[in-house]
Amino acid sequence: MSIMTERDRAAVRKEFERLTGPVKLVVFSQELQAGDLCRQNESLVREVAELSDQIAVEVLNLAIDRERVQAYGVEQVPAIVVEGARDYGIRFYGVPLGYEFSNLIDAIVLASTGQPVLAEETLASLRTLAADVDIKVFSTPT
Amino acid sequence: MRLAQHMAVASERVRSTAIEATEFPELSRAYQVMGVPKVVINDRVQFEGAVPEKDFLGAVLQAVSEP
Repeated sequence: MSIMTERDRAAVRKEFERLTGPVKLVVFSQELQAGDLCRQNESLVREVAELSDQIAVEVLNLAIDRERVQAYGVEQVPAIVVEGARDYGIRFYGVPLGYEFSNLIDAIVLASTGQPVLAEETLASLRTLAADVDIKVFSTPT
Repeated sequence: MRLAQHMAVASERVRSTAIEATEFPELSRAYQVMGVPKVVINDRVQFEGAVPEKDFLGAVLQAVSEP
Protein backbone atom coordinates (compact mmCIF):
# COMPACT_ATOMS: atom_id res chain seq x y z
CA MET A 1 0.00 0.00 0.00
CA SER A 2 1.40 3.37 -0.93
CA ILE A 3 1.91 6.16 1.60
CA MET A 4 1.48 9.02 -0.86
CA THR A 5 -1.88 9.76 -2.45
CA GLU A 6 -2.21 10.38 -6.20
CA ARG A 7 -2.74 14.04 -5.35
CA ASP A 8 0.54 14.13 -3.39
CA ARG A 9 2.32 12.54 -6.32
CA ALA A 10 0.99 15.10 -8.79
CA ALA A 11 2.04 17.99 -6.51
CA VAL A 12 5.52 16.55 -5.96
CA ARG A 13 6.00 15.84 -9.68
CA LYS A 14 5.27 19.51 -10.30
CA GLU A 15 7.88 20.55 -7.69
CA PHE A 16 10.41 18.19 -9.23
CA GLU A 17 10.17 20.00 -12.57
CA ARG A 18 12.60 22.42 -10.86
CA LEU A 19 15.30 19.75 -10.36
CA THR A 20 18.47 20.60 -12.26
CA GLY A 21 20.99 18.07 -10.96
CA PRO A 22 21.16 14.63 -9.35
CA VAL A 23 20.12 14.06 -5.74
CA LYS A 24 20.91 11.08 -3.55
CA LEU A 25 18.64 10.17 -0.67
CA VAL A 26 20.60 8.08 1.81
CA VAL A 27 18.25 6.18 4.08
CA PHE A 28 19.44 4.88 7.45
CA SER A 29 17.68 1.86 8.90
CA GLN A 30 18.09 -0.77 11.55
CA GLU A 31 15.59 -3.58 11.74
CA LEU A 32 16.03 -4.29 15.46
CA GLN A 33 15.53 -0.67 16.39
CA ALA A 34 12.31 1.02 15.24
CA GLY A 35 11.80 -1.58 12.50
CA ASP A 36 8.30 -0.46 11.53
CA LEU A 37 9.29 3.19 11.30
CA CYS A 38 12.41 2.31 9.30
CA ARG A 39 10.35 0.31 6.81
CA GLN A 40 7.82 3.13 6.50
CA ASN A 41 10.63 5.65 6.02
CA GLU A 42 12.29 3.55 3.32
CA SER A 43 8.96 3.05 1.50
CA LEU A 44 8.23 6.77 1.57
CA VAL A 45 11.67 7.66 0.21
CA ARG A 46 11.33 5.11 -2.60
CA GLU A 47 7.89 6.49 -3.52
CA VAL A 48 9.33 10.01 -3.70
CA ALA A 49 12.36 8.88 -5.71
CA GLU A 50 10.12 7.19 -8.28
CA LEU A 51 8.83 10.63 -9.26
CA SER A 52 12.09 11.82 -10.82
CA ASP A 53 14.97 10.26 -12.76
CA GLN A 54 17.28 12.68 -10.97
CA ILE A 55 16.79 10.99 -7.59
CA ALA A 56 18.75 7.93 -6.44
CA VAL A 57 18.24 6.03 -3.20
CA GLU A 58 20.79 4.20 -1.09
CA VAL A 59 19.93 2.34 2.10
CA LEU A 60 22.52 1.99 4.86
CA ASN A 61 22.13 -0.25 7.87
CA LEU A 62 23.36 1.16 11.17
CA ALA A 63 24.56 -2.25 12.36
CA ILE A 64 26.24 -3.35 9.11
CA ASP A 65 27.48 -0.25 7.26
CA ARG A 66 29.09 1.20 10.36
CA GLU A 67 31.96 3.12 8.80
CA ARG A 68 29.81 4.87 6.22
CA VAL A 69 27.10 5.62 8.78
CA GLN A 70 29.73 7.11 11.06
CA ALA A 71 31.09 9.24 8.22
CA TYR A 72 27.60 10.73 7.80
CA GLY A 73 27.41 11.34 11.56
CA VAL A 74 24.02 9.65 11.83
CA GLU A 75 23.30 8.09 15.22
CA GLN A 76 19.57 7.43 15.21
CA VAL A 77 17.05 5.72 12.95
CA PRO A 78 15.04 6.21 10.89
CA ALA A 79 17.08 8.94 9.21
CA ILE A 80 17.58 10.45 5.74
CA VAL A 81 20.50 12.44 4.34
CA VAL A 82 19.68 14.59 1.30
CA GLU A 83 22.78 14.97 -0.89
CA GLY A 84 23.28 17.01 -4.03
CA ALA A 85 26.58 18.03 -5.64
CA ARG A 86 27.96 17.58 -2.13
CA ASP A 87 26.71 16.56 1.29
CA TYR A 88 25.16 19.86 2.35
CA GLY A 89 24.54 18.64 5.89
CA ILE A 90 20.78 18.17 5.50
CA ARG A 91 19.42 15.43 7.76
CA PHE A 92 15.95 14.21 8.69
CA TYR A 93 15.40 12.11 11.80
CA GLY A 94 12.07 10.30 11.84
CA VAL A 95 9.60 9.58 9.04
CA PRO A 96 9.02 12.93 7.29
CA LEU A 97 5.24 12.99 7.08
CA GLY A 98 2.87 15.95 7.22
CA TYR A 99 4.73 19.21 7.70
CA GLU A 100 8.13 17.55 7.39
CA PHE A 101 7.15 16.00 4.08
CA SER A 102 6.99 19.40 2.39
CA ASN A 103 10.39 20.21 3.95
CA LEU A 104 11.81 17.00 2.49
CA ILE A 105 10.57 17.94 -0.97
CA ASP A 106 12.00 21.44 -0.52
CA ALA A 107 15.33 19.90 0.59
CA ILE A 108 15.45 17.72 -2.53
CA VAL A 109 14.88 20.72 -4.81
CA LEU A 110 17.50 22.70 -2.83
CA ALA A 111 20.12 19.94 -2.98
CA SER A 112 19.44 19.51 -6.69
CA THR A 113 19.81 23.17 -7.61
CA GLY A 114 22.32 24.16 -4.92
CA GLN A 115 20.51 27.51 -4.84
CA PRO A 116 19.32 28.54 -1.38
CA VAL A 117 16.45 31.03 -1.27
CA LEU A 118 17.76 33.56 1.26
CA ALA A 119 18.18 37.31 1.45
CA GLU A 120 21.48 38.75 0.19
CA GLU A 121 22.33 39.98 3.72
CA THR A 122 21.82 36.48 5.10
CA LEU A 123 24.07 34.93 2.45
CA ALA A 124 26.75 37.55 3.15
CA SER A 125 26.64 36.87 6.90
CA LEU A 126 26.81 33.11 6.40
CA ARG A 127 29.92 33.52 4.25
CA THR A 128 31.72 35.04 7.23
CA LEU A 129 30.96 32.22 9.70
CA ALA A 130 34.13 31.28 11.56
CA ALA A 131 32.70 28.26 13.41
CA ASP A 132 30.50 25.29 12.62
CA VAL A 133 26.76 25.69 13.16
CA ASP A 134 24.56 22.77 14.13
CA ILE A 135 20.85 23.56 13.79
CA LYS A 136 18.30 21.12 15.19
CA VAL A 137 14.65 21.73 14.35
CA PHE A 138 12.11 19.71 16.33
CA SER A 139 8.64 19.36 14.84
CA THR A 140 5.60 17.09 14.82
CA PRO A 141 3.69 15.75 11.79
CA THR A 142 0.67 18.04 12.27
CA MET B 1 11.57 25.24 9.30
CA ARG B 2 13.01 25.64 5.84
CA LEU B 3 15.49 28.37 6.72
CA ALA B 4 17.83 25.87 8.40
CA GLN B 5 18.21 23.71 5.30
CA HIS B 6 18.63 26.73 3.04
CA MET B 7 21.41 27.96 5.34
CA ALA B 8 23.02 24.50 5.18
CA VAL B 9 23.21 24.74 1.39
CA ALA B 10 24.48 28.33 1.58
CA SER B 11 27.36 27.52 3.94
CA GLU B 12 29.59 24.48 4.42
CA ARG B 13 29.71 25.49 8.10
CA VAL B 14 25.99 24.87 8.64
CA ARG B 15 24.29 21.55 9.25
CA SER B 16 20.50 21.20 9.49
CA THR B 17 18.80 18.31 11.26
CA ALA B 18 15.00 18.05 11.25
CA ILE B 19 13.82 15.86 14.11
CA GLU B 20 10.36 14.35 14.40
CA ALA B 21 9.81 15.01 18.11
CA THR B 22 7.30 12.23 18.86
CA GLU B 23 9.56 9.55 17.34
CA PHE B 24 12.54 10.66 19.42
CA PRO B 25 11.13 11.25 22.92
CA GLU B 26 14.52 10.99 24.65
CA LEU B 27 16.06 13.60 22.40
CA SER B 28 12.97 15.79 22.82
CA ARG B 29 13.20 15.46 26.60
CA ALA B 30 16.93 16.22 26.57
CA TYR B 31 16.23 19.44 24.67
CA GLN B 32 13.07 20.21 26.67
CA VAL B 33 10.83 20.39 23.65
CA MET B 34 7.44 21.69 24.86
CA GLY B 35 6.17 23.36 21.69
CA VAL B 36 7.07 22.97 18.03
CA PRO B 37 8.79 23.98 15.94
CA LYS B 38 11.65 24.27 18.39
CA VAL B 39 15.06 25.31 17.11
CA VAL B 40 18.31 24.56 18.96
CA ILE B 41 21.56 25.97 17.59
CA ASN B 42 24.91 24.57 18.75
CA ASP B 43 23.14 23.39 21.94
CA ARG B 44 23.48 27.00 23.03
CA VAL B 45 20.73 29.18 21.57
CA GLN B 46 17.14 28.04 21.36
CA PHE B 47 13.70 29.37 20.51
CA GLU B 48 10.19 28.14 19.77
CA GLY B 49 7.94 29.03 16.88
CA ALA B 50 8.50 30.38 13.40
CA VAL B 51 10.62 33.54 13.19
CA PRO B 52 11.55 35.91 10.36
CA GLU B 53 14.77 35.20 8.46
CA LYS B 54 16.73 38.05 10.06
CA ASP B 55 15.87 36.83 13.57
CA PHE B 56 16.87 33.28 12.65
CA LEU B 57 20.19 34.60 11.33
CA GLY B 58 20.60 36.61 14.54
CA ALA B 59 20.22 33.40 16.56
CA VAL B 60 22.81 31.64 14.37
CA LEU B 61 25.30 34.49 14.83
CA GLN B 62 24.63 34.55 18.57
CA ALA B 63 25.31 30.82 18.76
CA VAL B 64 28.77 31.21 17.23
CA SER B 65 29.71 34.41 19.03
CA GLU B 66 32.27 34.40 21.82
CA PRO B 67 30.68 33.75 25.22
